[in-house]
Amino acid sequence: MTWTVFMQALGLVFDPYVLLVIFCSAIFGLFVGAIPGLTATMATALLVPVTFFMPPVPAVAAIVTATAMAIFSGDIPGALLRIPGTPASAAYTDEAYAMTLKGQAELALGAGLVFSALGGLFGTLVLIFMAPSLADIALKFSSFEYFWLVVLGLAGAVFIGNSSVLKASISLILGLLVACAGADNPGAYPRFTFGVTELNGGVSLIPMMVGMFAVSELLRFMVNLDPPMKIAVQKLGNVFAGMWDLLVKYKWALMRGNVLGVIIGIQPGSGADMAAWMSYAMSKKFSKEPEKFGTGHVEGIIEAGAANNSSLGGAWIPAIVFGIPGDSITAIAIGVLYLKNMNPGPTIFINNPENIYAIFFVFIIANIIMIPLGWLTIKLAVKILQVPRNILMPVILLFCIVGSFAINNTVFGVGTILVFGLAAFLLEENGFPVAPAILGVVLANMMEENFVTSLIKSDGSLTVFFTRPIAMWLAIFTFIIMFWPVFTWAWRKLRAPAAKIA
Amino acid sequence: MKFNDMVWGALLLVLGLVVLNDVRTYPSIPGQQYGPNAFPGLLAGLLIVCAVMLMVKGWRERSQHPWFEAGAWLQAPPQVRNFALTVGSLIFYVVAAEKIGFLICGSLILAALFWSLRVRAALIAPIAIISTLVIHAVFYKGLRVPLPWGVMPILY
Repeated sequence: MTWTVFMQALGLVFDPYVLLVIFCSAIFGLFVGAIPGLTATMATALLVPVTFFMPPVPAVAAIVTATAMAIFSGDIPGALLRIPGTPASAAYTDEAYAMTLKGQAELALGAGLVFSALGGLFGTLVLIFMAPSLADIALKFSSFEYFWLVVLGLAGAVFIGNSSVLKASISLILGLLVACAGADNPGAYPRFTFGVTELNGGVSLIPMMVGMFAVSELLRFMVNLDPPMKIAVQKLGNVFAGMWDLLVKYKWALMRGNVLGVIIGIQPGSGADMAAWMSYAMSKKFSKEPEKFGTGHVEGIIEAGAANNSSLGGAWIPAIVFGIPGDSITAIAIGVLYLKNMNPGPTIFINNPENIYAIFFVFIIANIIMIPLGWLTIKLAVKILQVPRNILMPVILLFCIVGSFAINNTVFGVGTILVFGLAAFLLEENGFPVAPAILGVVLANMMEENFVTSLIKSDGSLTVFFTRPIAMWLAIFTFIIMFWPVFTWAWRKLRAPAAKIA
Repeated sequence: MKFNDMVWGALLLVLGLVVLNDVRTYPSIPGQQYGPNAFPGLLAGLLIVCAVMLMVKGWRERSQHPWFEAGAWLQAPPQVRNFALTVGSLIFYVVAAEKIGFLICGSLILAALFWSLRVRAALIAPIAIISTLVIHAVFYKGLRVPLPWGVMPILY
């Protein structure tokens, strides 16, 4: 990063308008994350129609800030209601609630806040140092390597962490097929348009995402049968008391959480929630007092709280360098990058380096202002949790309608959110995960382009896909991920043939 | 609302076959073997394989999973009403917004959903109208989205 680019990037970020956007989206993210039933992914999806009207840097800044905040504030209802505000907090919700019952709500929330911010900063540092050097390597990639990278990313989304690999695969294929619609393909032939002119340009990405992540969650709220929530405490004291001691005592737990979070984040297809689950499990394994886990012990919260935020920075590495999202939030963010003509890929560091460094600064700012704003949110938590959701949810629905209308100024967008909202709702009810579908939608174009170009270059021979050195290694990695479930299944069968009674 | 995997598999199989049939009609790029049909064709093939596997799984599990399970919420009238009104609101907007305008359409949608979600009766109308006005102001004034006025006179 040269000095001029550095100054340009600083100038882009420290602009009153951008700072205002960061501030507002921080408040928005904290609020949405704290409301049970509104996830960080939904916060991102709701922001996208608004960012549509912004220049690139504030648009991406809004998304970066809101997600970081929502991932933290998901801890709040976890600790006070035993309902995780976002899936990323689910791993340690029981632990935090147990601490609240012991009268340690302040300690649980304070640890969540401080170590989220530290984890987020660590993830950002890795992002800043790793992304440019990876981009240098990626510049040498041809269509064969890119094809495998996309397949690797999609394989990760399907084969890691899903209860049913088959259903995840189907969800992925459906996403890829949806993205085939329209005339943006080799040959420019309008596919799957059913004669509808609005579909010639493909299904509009923003209404599709609003449908899949906002409308489907609203539908789930509408059919919710859970009893009314009970807040465990009414008043919260100083959340920063004792944080320094925790930092000294659990510095290794923090580092483990940071590193594992970044690694999970980089791995395409797994995001903050898996980082938290794995990190919590690892914390218990390495802890000197594993017997205390589950009884209201802060160690797991520190490690997993740091991990879910550091995974955010990690997830942005493949997103920026290759255009391959690590989870559904970065998938949405990549959609925004394309809309803003900041096409992700290694050349982004050559074509508009000032924009990308500005985004790095936003990451740092977001994780720093998280401390005071998060403190404020915790102070107001009891009030926020009492916001009447029966008023909030319909208003969000109207917001979705207007937001999807605003993209092309036609009601076709509103129809799109209905179709995709219903589809996502039905699929999830039947055990099909939705995240692979959105990754498929975002990556289909890149996958098809590199697939068809490669086939044309190699004259239809498939061997070239495996003979170039980097392509071969990427292929091997892909197959390892794909056959991992088979390996573990076979291993278990071999180990305990007698235990299984058919 | 759960269907047996057999049902899903059958539906997906039909979808895969329809796509496969559709891509046969695509023109090829002159002088090239691979054109706009290659990728969706590959996807349709994979989908058919997965669909058959899902059907097999559904058939094996047919004793545990009936063809259709309503689920708890489909037996709870308020929840069914909430769901139907949400879907209905979106359809209503698509059909009616242009004619009657955003302000009336938005207020009606909010009022209906508030009623269904048991917001206090006295609050329904004021909150529905104020929220619609705020959203309208943000998007129409702030972001210059041409939300339709419909039967309303243009106020600003």
